[in-house]
Amino acid sequence: TLRLIYTTTAVQRKNVGASGPEKYTEAFIKKQIEEFNLGKRHLANMMGEDPETFTQEDIDRAIAYLFPSGLFDKQARPMMKHPTEIFPEQRKIQWGEDGRPFHFLFYTGKQSYYSLMHETYEKMLNVLKYQEQLTAQDLLPQNEKRNLAGSRWLTKIELEEMLLEKLSDDDYSRFVQLLQKLITLPCSDIEENYIKKFSKEVPVQSQKVVVEPLKYDERGVAFSTGEGTRKTARATAVVYDNGTGKITVNEIDVLHYFPVLQDREQLLFPFQFLDRVGKHDMICTVSGGGRSAQAGAIRLASAKALRSFVTEKEVEFMRQAGLLTVDPRVKERKKPGQEGARRKFTWKKR
Amino acid sequence: DDKLLSEPLSHPDFFNVKELFSLKDLFDARVHLGHKKGCRHRFMEPYLFGCRLDQDIIDLDQTMQHLQLALNFTAHIAYRKGIILFVSRKRQFCHLIESTARECGEYAHTRYWQGGLLTNSHIQFGSGVRLPDLLIFLSSLNNVFEPHVAIRDAAKMNIPTVGVVDTNCNPCLITYPIPGNDDSPTAMELYCKLFKMTIIRAKDKRRQSEVFDELR
Repeated sequence: TLRLIYTTTAVQRKNVGASGPEKYTEAFIKKQIEEFNLGKRHLANMMGEDPETFTQEDIDRAIAYLFPSGLFDKQARPMMKHPTEIFPEQRKIQWGEDGRPFHFLFYTGKQSYYSLMHETYEKMLNVLKYQEQLTAQDLLPQNEKRNLAGSRWLTKIELEEMLLEKLSDDDYSRFVQLLQKLITLPCSDIEENYIKKFSKEVPVQSQKVVVEPLKYDERGVAFSTGEGTRKTARATAVVYDNGTGKITVNEIDVLHYFPVLQDREQLLFPFQFLDRVGKHDMICTVSGGGRSAQAGAIRLASAKALRSFVTEKEVEFMRQAGLLTVDPRVKERKKPGQEGARRKFTWKKR
Repeated sequence: DDKLLSEPLSHPDFFNVKELFSLKDLFDARVHLGHKKGCRHRFMEPYLFGCRLDQDIIDLDQTMQHLQLALNFTAHIAYRKGIILFVSRKRQFCHLIESTARECGEYAHTRYWQGGLLTNSHIQFGSGVRLPDLLIFLSSLNNVFEPHVAIRDAAKMNIPTVGVVDTNCNPCLITYPIPGNDDSPTAMELYCKLFKMTIIRAKDKRRQSEVFDELR
């Protein structure tokens, strides 16, 4: 005969399969809440404060005082919070004492999702029945367009939070298709309350840029300002009306500041585009960047300033010509293991 | 308590299910119509009355007997507070069956059947689940015209099955087959009505017997 002399706990533990995340019963959570409230009162007494008006912030301060911790991660330090915040909201056990599940679709696996589909289908049947009644009496309301632009459906994650259940992409798309179908029916106004639960308002962002009005200086001449950037150059331009086409950059004449023709052409381009070559004066300040970058920055600044002098249609033309868009190109960074941003080191076969 | 459970078993038709339906009702609900001759399953031949213009006609006398046995069985299961699960994979009648189950107080599964629902239940649902005590198939094929996986799974888990078998279905593993049409809406509504009435009757009778016992 063999006698068992020495065993380890690993051998004694039976081969039980993984049972998934721990499920908390309602009684357990209730007990935790009672213990938390008792503990809150004890803590208040310990700190010498009134137990009735002891808020969560007071609790946090008290715990930080009584249990000082040098741990870096805030979530690793001792905390005392309400059990609903600590224990994740999950489904409590779905069946009663006699073993019968509570929900009639429990045995499908995804009970809340399928019950949602069931309810939505029922609403659709109601709408169709109502529609039939109206057609029998010839009272169909036609051509009622609902505003679909300002609302969106709930995302998959939001729906998962609502149902407390994992969904697959297929399930989600099917649900959205059902809702779309429901909305397209003519008499779906009856079930609008139900549909609103699954739609969210999207604030329409106005993309119109407000054009600034003209300002007048002491001599009564109209002027307007604009700012522009290109690479690392920043420029501000002030464009005056009733001028001769004189351009001054950093108190230096344009011919002296930009000896190259290409830069001066860049400066002229907005005025050329609007056929106002000799009609405006310009005074600008620019800093940073190189020769070409400063020219581009002043061009953008002057185009922005000219918006106030010009009709809306011409502003739209300027935008389409690319005079009002900031050039996003900047110097690309050098990467390690390469000589430059793109250039690699010379490859030697051996 | 023992008397409560053993008394119904002594009568052949304790819940009087015969009065719920008649041959004429079955005929009006077009239960006798089967599929075409080419779709016929070999094991359904004993249940057929004949074949007219290539369409199989199911023998309604046999259907009456099978239906009576099946309804009697469901009534006994409901009387003993068993869990009944309605299964079907017909999309047309999914809503009808789910509402029937909800009104009875029993359960339904008319959606995609995940592989381990019955056989792997401890991992799918959690330990300590109670599996259904009866499976009722209102259409024993799935969407690809193959026998539903649940028939085989119920046989593996020793769960009795009641099923409406059409002329293209395999009645082998079903404990109480009911040869009949599973495609017409009238037939399905009739079946749902019958099952609902039997289950509600059985539950009422159980409650009455318990009340009588308590009064004594």
